[in-house]
Amino acid sequence: MYTEGAPIVDGKRPDGPLDERWEKRRFSARLVNPANKRKMTVIVVGTGLAGGSAAATLAELGYNVLSFCYQDSPRRAHSIAAQGGINAAKNYRNDGDSVFRLFYDTIKGGDFRARESNVHRLAEVSVEIIDQCVAQGVPFAREYGGLLDTRSFGGAQVSRTFYARGQTGQQLLLGAYQALARQINAGRVKMHPRTEMLDLIVDDGRARGIVARDLVTGDIETYTADAVVLATGGYGNTFYLSTNAKGSNATAIWRAHKRGALFANPCYTQIHPTCIPVSGAHQSKLTLMSESLRNDGRVWVPKAPKDNRAPHMIPEDERDYYLERMYPSFGNLVPRDIASRAAKNICDTGHGVGPGGLGVYLDFSDAIERLGRDAVEAKYGNLFEMYAQITGENPYKVPMRIYPAVHYTMGGLWVDYDLQSTIPGLFVIGEANFSDHGANRLGASALMQGLADGYFILPNTIGDYLADGPFPPVSQQAITSVEQEVVDRVVRILAVDGDRSPDDIHRELGQLMWDYCGMERSEEGLRKALEAIPALRKEFWQRVRVLGTGDGLNQSLEKAGRVADFIDLAELMVIDALHRTESCGGHFRAESQTEDGEALRDDENFSYVAAWEYGPQQPVLHREELLFENVTPSQRSYK
Amino acid sequence: MKFTLRVWRQDNQFDKGRLVMYVVDDISPDMSFLEMLDVLNERLIKDGEEPIAFDHDCREGICGMCGLMINGNAHGPNKLTTTCQLHMRSFSENEAITIEPWRAKPFPVIKDLVVDRSSFDRIIESGGYISAPTGSAPDAHAVPVSKADADNAFEAAACIGCGACVAACPNGSGMLFTAAKTTHLGLLPQGQPERLTRALDMVETHDDLGFGGCTNSGECTAVCPKGIPLEAIGRLNRDVLKAATKLPARH
Ligand SMILES: Cc1cc2nc3c(=O)[nH]c(=O)nc-3n(C[C@H](O)[C@H](O)[C@H](O)COP(=O)(O)OP(=O)(O)OC[C@H]3O[C@@H](n4cnc5c(N)ncnc54)[C@H](O)[C@@H]3O)c2cc1C
Ligand code: SF4
Ligand code: FES
Repeated sequence: MYTEGAPIVDGKRPDGPLDERWEKRRFSARLVNPANKRKMTVIVVGTGLAGGSAAATLAELGYNVLSFCYQDSPRRAHSIAAQGGINAAKNYRNDGDSVFRLFYDTIKGGDFRARESNVHRLAEVSVEIIDQCVAQGVPFAREYGGLLDTRSFGGAQVSRTFYARGQTGQQLLLGAYQALARQINAGRVKMHPRTEMLDLIVDDGRARGIVARDLVTGDIETYTADAVVLATGGYGNTFYLSTNAKGSNATAIWRAHKRGALFANPCYTQIHPTCIPVSGAHQSKLTLMSESLRNDGRVWVPKAPKDNRAPHMIPEDERDYYLERMYPSFGNLVPRDIASRAAKNICDTGHGVGPGGLGVYLDFSDAIERLGRDAVEAKYGNLFEMYAQITGENPYKVPMRIYPAVHYTMGGLWVDYDLQSTIPGLFVIGEANFSDHGANRLGASALMQGLADGYFILPNTIGDYLADGPFPPVSQQAITSVEQEVVDRVVRILAVDGDRSPDDIHRELGQLMWDYCGMERSEEGLRKALEAIPALRKEFWQRVRVLGTGDGLNQSLEKAGRVADFIDLAELMVIDALHRTESCGGHFRAESQTEDGEALRDDENFSYVAAWEYGPQQPVLHREELLFENVTPSQRSYK
Repeated sequence: MKFTLRVWRQDNQFDKGRLVMYVVDDISPDMSFLEMLDVLNERLIKDGEEPIAFDHDCREGICGMCGLMINGNAHGPNKLTTTCQLHMRSFSENEAITIEPWRAKPFPVIKDLVVDRSSFDRIIESGGYISAPTGSAPDAHAVPVSKADADNAFEAAACIGCGACVAACPNGSGMLFTAAKTTHLGLLPQGQPERLTRALDMVETHDDLGFGGCTNSGECTAVCPKGIPLEAIGRLNRDVLKAATKLPARH
C-alpha cells in the first residue's frame, strides 16, 4: 500500500526557549534589499484570508505580486463564509488568558499532533492580527464603552474570540480584500480572477511558476515568478457534501504534490456536529449552524428506535438526552469530534430523526421557557431565521434537526517553520498547509491562522528564500512541458464523452468517503474504500461526460478536472487513515478506543506527522517526529 | 412540483442570446433554486445539451457570487434573500418562471446567466479602503469606537457585492453598492483621514465605468439581500458635496 521513506526534520525549526523562537527566526532570516524586491515577482494563488493578506503585504513590501482566484472577484473566497469569530490572546478581559494559554489550548485541542514551535508563534502573532484588522476598519462587535467585545468559544474557558456578528469571516476577508485592492490600484498586484491554477512549474529544483486556465476564454496560460505561494484552502469537498463553497478544491495542492511537495496528515478531517441535515438526493452542499447554539439547545433523540411521532408527541421520559447522559460534566458542550461521533452512533442504532433517520433534535424549548422567547431571539435570531429559510420549519416551535457534516481539513501540504514546502520556493499558507491544528482544530482558530500566515509570518520568512534571488529566467522547456501536459489533460477529459456527469461521479466518491473514511474509520471499511477508489477512477476516465469545448466558460469541465484530483487525493487520505491505527482528534479508528468508546491515542507509535511523497505506484511515507518539551501530552477527558 | 422555465441562453459575449423553454418536474419544495437548476443541468447533460452556466459558490447567501433575475425580480420574489437561499417552496405548482442574467451596461454577459461584475472591483480599488499597511497598526483599543457607529458601520459593511441593486435600478446605477462601502469606512474613526477623497474617487470611477446616476427610485434597496438602506446614498452624496468645497479642484 505504501513504502517507508527516510524520516524528515524541519530544517528551519528554531530551538531555545519557546517564546524566543519566532524572534530568533526573524532575526536569522536574511533580508532582501528594497531594490532587489522590485526586481522579483511572487505568485500568490488564492485570495482568502491567507492569500489575500499575503498578496497585499508582499506588495506593500515592494515585491511584484501576481494574484489568482477562481471566483469572479477576490472578495468571494471561501473565508467569507466563516461565522463565529477569531481567537486572539489579548487578555482584554483580564480573565487569565495569555499567549501560553492560547498555545496550550490549541495544542491540546489538536490532540497533541501539532508542532509546539508553530503553535506558539501563532498564539504570539494573534494579538497583532486584531490590531491590524481594526486599523483597516473591520467592524468588530463593540461594547457600549467603545471597546471590543469578545465571547468564549469551543471549549475554551476564557473569552478570547473577537467577532463581527455571525459574519466574522466576511468582515475579515473584506479587510484583506481592501488592502489587496489598494495594492492593485497602486499597480503592485496584478489580479487574475476567474483563473484556475492547474499545475506547478518547477525548474532547476525550484518552484518557478504556474499553469492556469482562464475560465472565461478557456486559454491555458503560463506565469513565472521567483517564488510561488499556495493559499488555496482546504479539501473538504472530497466528500462532495461539506460546508465548503461549491468551488473549493484540491487541485492546486494536489498538482503541487505530484510535482514533489509532501502531503501531511491527509486523513485529518474535521466533522462539525451542528449542520442542517441532508433533505434529499438533490442536496448540493451543507449549511453550518453556529456551534454557539449548543450553549442553550439540548440535544436528544427518541428512546425507542424508529419512533416516527412528532417531537412534541414524545413525552419527556421517552427522550434520550444522550450527550447529557454520556458526558454529565460537559453535557451538550463536548468538543466537536465527540459530539459528532455521538450523533452518528445514536443514528446508526436507529434512533435518528427526520429523512433517512439522519438527524438529532436540538431543542430550545427549555431555553425559551427559562429565558423567554425574546432573549433567545436576541441571541440566535439570525440562525433561527436561516434554519427556517432552509428547512421551512419554525425552530421556536419545533426542535431543530441537526447532523454532523464535513467542515475543515487539518491536513495539507507539509511545510517547515518558514511555511516552505519540500519544493524550494513553494510556500503554502492557510488551510492548504497542515501546520498548526494537529488532528483537530479548535473553533475560531482557522481565521487566526490564515491571517497570521498571510500578514505576519510568510512576509518575514519568504525573504530568507528570496535573498538568493532574483533567479535566472525559467527554462522554456520547463514551461512548455507542463503547459503541454495541462493542455493534453483538458483534451483527454473532453474526449471521454461518456454518460456520467462530473457531479454524479463526485457524489459517489463522497458517499464512499463518508461511509468508510468519515467520522469512524475501521480497517475493514478503509480496505473497502481502497478497492473502490481505483475502480471509481477508472469509471471516471471511461464514463465522464463533459459537453462543449475548452474554448470558453465551461463549468462542467472545471468540475471534472477537480473531481479527478479529488479521487486521487481520496486514495491518499484512505491510506493515511489506514496506516494510522491510533485514534486522535478528528481521526477515530474503531479499533483504537477506550472501554467507554472514547478515542485512544497511541503516543508511543504515532507521535509524528505523516508526510507523504507522491509515487506513481505507491506513496512513500516520511515521518517527522513531534517533540513536546513544554507540554505533556495527556488523554482528553470530558466526562 | 412541476415548473415551466424560460431560461436565457447565450453562448458567449457576442451571441445574441434567447430564452429557451424547459419543463422540470420531480422538484422537491425543499430544493433551493440553484439545486433546481442543478437537477435540470444533470438532465441536460444526459440529453447531450450543454448545461446552463450560472455563478454561485458559497450557497449560503454570503459570497455574493449568485444572482439571477427571476420573473423580473433580482434574486427572486423573497425579501432579504439571495438566489442561493431561495427555495422552491416559495413558488406555486406549475408556475412559469423566467430566468435571466443581471442586465446592466457595466455587467456584460459572459455566457447564459453569468455576467462580468469586475467593474465593482474597480470601484473599490479606486478608494474603498483605509490605507493601513501591515505592521503599522496601534493597539486595537487605542481608539474606542462608539457601539452605535460600530453597529452602523457593520450594517453597511454587510454588502456582499452581488450587483442586484444595479440590475434592479432603472438607470443601472451602482450607487447603493458604492455608498455601502463609503458608509462603512466613513463611520469609523480610522476611515476619517481619507473620507472625502474616498467618496470623490469612488463616485468618479463609478461614473466613468458607465453606471447610471441615482434618481432615488429605491428599487436597489428593495431587492438588496442585505438590506443596505437608501440613506447610505444620501450620506455619500453629502460627502461628495463636501469634498467639492473642501478639496482642491481636480482636472
Ligand atoms: C461555514 C464555515 C464557517 C467557518 N467558521 C469559522 C470561524 O468562525 N472561525 C474560524 O476560525 N474558522 C472558521 N471556518 C474555517 C475558515 O473559514 C477557513 O479555514 C479559512 O477561511 C480558510 O482560508 P484560506 O485563506 O486558507 O482559504 P479560502 O478562503 O478557502 O480561499 C481559497 C482561495 O483559493 C482560491 N483557489 C482555490 N483553488 C484554486 C485554484 N486551483 N486556482 C486558483 N485559485 C484557487 C480560491 O479562489 C480562494 O480565493 C469556517 C469554515 C466554514 C466552511
Ligand atoms: S448593496 Fe445590496 S444589492 Fe447592492 S451589491 Fe451590495 S448586497 Fe448586493
Ligand atoms: S452563492 Fe454565495 S451568495 Fe449565493
